[in-house]
Amino acid sequence: MREPMRARRLCILALSLATLAATPSFAAQHSTAQDIEDGGRVFSNTCANCHGPDGDQVSGIDLGRNIFRRAKTDDDLVQIIRTGVPGTGMPASDMSVAQAEQVVSYLRSVASTKRSTSAVGDIARGKTLFETKGACASCHRVNGVGSRLGPDLSNVGQLRRAVELETSLVDPNKEILYTSRPYRVVTKDGRTVTGRLLNLDTFNVLLLDSKEQLRSFEKTNLRDFGFIEVSPMPSYKEKFNAQELADVVSYLVSLKGKVAP
Amino acid sequence: MKRVLMIAAVCACAVTLRAQQVTFDRILHPEKEPQNWLSYSQNLFNQRFSPLTQITPGNAKNLELQWVWQSKSLEKFEATALVVDGVLYTLQGPPAQGVYEVVALDAASGRPFWTLEYKPMLEARPCCGRVSRGLAILGDTLYMGTIDAHLVAIDAKTGKIIWDHTVEKVGDKPIEKFAITHAPVVIKDKIVVGIAGGDLGVRGFICAFDARTGKELWRTYTVPAKGEPGNETWSGDSWKTGGAGVWNSGAYDPESNLVYFGTGNPAPDWDGRERLGDNLYSDSVLALDADTGKLKWHYQFTPHDEVDYDSTQVPVLADIQWEGKPRKVMLWANRNGLAYVIDRTNGEFLLGKPFVKVTWMDGFDPKGRPIRIPGQVPTLEGSLIRPHVLGATNWAPPSYSPRTGLFYVAGWENSALIATQGKFPGAAGIPNGTPMGQATLTPNYKKEDEGFGVIRALDPHGLTRKWEFKMNDITWAGVLTTASDVLFSGGKEGYFLALDARNGELLWKVALGGQINSGPMSYSVNGKQYVTVAAGSALFAFAVR
Repeated sequence: MREPMRARRLCILALSLATLAATPSFAAQHSTAQDIEDGGRVFSNTCANCHGPDGDQVSGIDLGRNIFRRAKTDDDLVQIIRTGVPGTGMPASDMSVAQAEQVVSYLRSVASTKRSTSAVGDIARGKTLFETKGACASCHRVNGVGSRLGPDLSNVGQLRRAVELETSLVDPNKEILYTSRPYRVVTKDGRTVTGRLLNLDTFNVLLLDSKEQLRSFEKTNLRDFGFIEVSPMPSYKEKFNAQELADVVSYLVSLKGKVAP
Repeated sequence: MKRVLMIAAVCACAVTLRAQQVTFDRILHPEKEPQNWLSYSQNLFNQRFSPLTQITPGNAKNLELQWVWQSKSLEKFEATALVVDGVLYTLQGPPAQGVYEVVALDAASGRPFWTLEYKPMLEARPCCGRVSRGLAILGDTLYMGTIDAHLVAIDAKTGKIIWDHTVEKVGDKPIEKFAITHAPVVIKDKIVVGIAGGDLGVRGFICAFDARTGKELWRTYTVPAKGEPGNETWSGDSWKTGGAGVWNSGAYDPESNLVYFGTGNPAPDWDGRERLGDNLYSDSVLALDADTGKLKWHYQFTPHDEVDYDSTQVPVLADIQWEGKPRKVMLWANRNGLAYVIDRTNGEFLLGKPFVKVTWMDGFDPKGRPIRIPGQVPTLEGSLIRPHVLGATNWAPPSYSPRTGLFYVAGWENSALIATQGKFPGAAGIPNGTPMGQATLTPNYKKEDEGFGVIRALDPHGLTRKWEFKMNDITWAGVLTTASDVLFSGGKEGYFLALDARNGELLWKVALGGQINSGPMSYSVNGKQYVTVAAGSALFAFAVR
C-alpha cells in the first residue's frame, strides 16, 4: 500500500532583501549534465511544491530567471536551501551540499536557456506567428480553433514550463508527451494508417487518424503496428528567429484556459 | 455512530435461502463439495483451484453472460464472492461517506435475497482504497472486516447484524488509521484478521476472535515491542510506528495448526534512515500457532525495505515433490519481484528467483537473505529501481493447480524512479505507468519498456517460466484455475480472459467495461458451472451455453 506518511519537506527559496540576480560561481562552471538533470528532479520533487514548475509562484522571486531576494552567490543559495530562512516560509532541508549544488546548477541552467530566447517575448506577436507563419493550428487546437491531431494547447501554459515549450519548438523529438504519441498500423491488405494513439490494449489499437477520424483496429487484422519514434511536428529552429521563438513561447505560456471539450 | 440500514428482501417469488450450516470441516474439505466456494481462495491452502470441469478448453469459447449485479458504490470492486448451496454472498466497499453493500444473491439468477447496508465511521481513511476483498462464513454467520477496523458478524439468512466488534479504535492518534480490508480467515471456532495501515504509521497486528461472541482471543503484533526478540532490528523508538500492516488473507495448515500471514512495509515507506535495521517483521511471512497466536517462525522477504515492497500477497500452500521427496511448501510471488519456495513447516528457504526483471538484489546468501545491489535504494533525486513501488505483483490472489503442478501469477514488468521525499514516486517519468487500480477504464499509451502486465506460469521446481500471456497494460486481477485446465484472469484493460492453463493459449475473452481488480471464482448450481469476476463496480457471472 502507499501514501507517504512523512510531511513533505518543502524547499521554499523565500529570500529577503532586495531582488537580485545572484552571481553564478561553481554551478555554472563545474556542473555536469547529470548534475543538472539530478538537480531538476530534486527541484520538481521539493522546491516546485511551493515555487511552481517555473519557480515564479512566490511573490518577488523568479527562480527560473535567477531573481532572488537575498542570495548573491551560488554558495548563498546552497546555504539557504540547506538551512532555510528563519521567519519565512522557507524551511531547512536535509539535502547534502552536493545535492543543493545540483539544484543550483539546475536553476542556473534554466535561467541560461531562458535568456537565450524567451526573455523578451511578446504575446500578441506570438499569437500572430502561431496562426500564420508557424501554421501551428494545422495540428494544434487552442480554445476550440484548430486541428485535433496534436495536443490541445488551450492550457499548455499551466502544464509546461517556458523552457520546455521552447525545447518542443526547436527539438520536437527530444520529448513527446505520452498522450501524444504517433502510431502506425499496416492492415493485412497493405493500407498504412497513422495518427495519434488514443488507447492501446492487448487486442486493439485506437487512433485519431490524419483525417481526424476515430479509428479502431483489431491486431489480428494487422500486418504490422507500432509507435512512430519521430515526432510529426517540424522543428522551428530555422523557421523562427530568436525573437519570433521568444514571442511564440510567451504566447504559449499565456495559454492557461480550459481545454475545450 | 453507525447507521445500519436493512433493505427488505427483494425476492417476491417462492425461493428460500438454501444455505446450510457451514461447519469448519466443510471449509477444510471443499474438495468434497466442488459446487461451493466456502473461503476466499476456495480452500485454506489458498490455491484458488476449482474442482469443477464443465467449462473446458474446448468449450470456453461458448461462455456467455448469465447475470450482472451492479453495486451502488463506484469504488474498486476487489471482493471474491462465497457460494454456499446456491447462495452467493459478496460485498462492495463504501464510497466516501457511503455504505458497504453486503448481498446474498441467488447464484443462478443474480437476484438478491437480501441487502445489508453498513456505514463505517466517517473518520475511516484507509490509505489505498475503500475496499473489501471478501467475506468469511462459518455456521450461518458471515464475517466482514471494515475500513474503520470493525469485525462484523451477519446472519447469512437475513442479513441482520449479530455483533459488531471494534477491533481497534480509529483516530485515537492523528496518524493511526487502522483498517481491515481483507476477507477474514475461519480457523476452527475463530475468526482471524489482520490490521492494515502500515503506510500511515500504525503498528500492525493479527488477532483472533471467538466466532460466536466476537471476544478477542489473541493478538500478535507484527512489530515486536521493547524487550521482545526482533525489537533490536529497529533503531530508537521507530518500532512504535513501524507499520507491517496486514491486508490480505492468510492460509492455514491443519496438520501443523499454523496460520500464515504476509506483512506489509515498514514505515515510513521510502526513507529508512530513521528506522535503521532489518525492521522485523515487516515484509515477512509469519507462521503463528492458530490457538494462541504465538510466533513459530518467520521469513523476511525484504529486510529493511525502502521501496514499499509489502509482502501481503496471499500465501499459497502446496504438497509437492521436492528433490525426489514429498515436501510441504509455501509458494509466494512477492511484490519485490521474487518468487519463493519455502518449507511451511519450519520456514526454511528452499528457493528464490526473480519472476520479473529485478535490479535491487542479486542472489541470496545460504540462509535466503537477499544480497542487495549497492545504490539501488531511494535517494533524494530518485533512483530507477525494478520493480516499481507497486510491485511485480500486488495483492491480487495467484493460483496453484495440483493438476498441472504450476503456480500462476498475474504480474507486471515495470520500474519506478523512487525518491526518499517529495512528491509521490512515479514510474520512470511516465505518469500513466503503473497507477493504482480504479473502477473505470483508463487509456493506455505505454510502450512495452514502460511496463506491461503478464500472466506467468511458474514451475515450483526451479521456479522456471513455463509460459506467459502478455497484456499491453498492467493487471490488478487475480487468477483462477480449474480441474479442466482452464485459467481465468483479466486486467486493467477490462478484459476477462480464459486461457489454457497448460500452455497459456487464449481461449475466450470478453470486454467488461471496467477494470478487473478481483480474483475470479467458480461454482455450480443445478449442474451448471458458473465463473464470476468483478469488473468496474459490478459482478459478472458466465457459463457455457
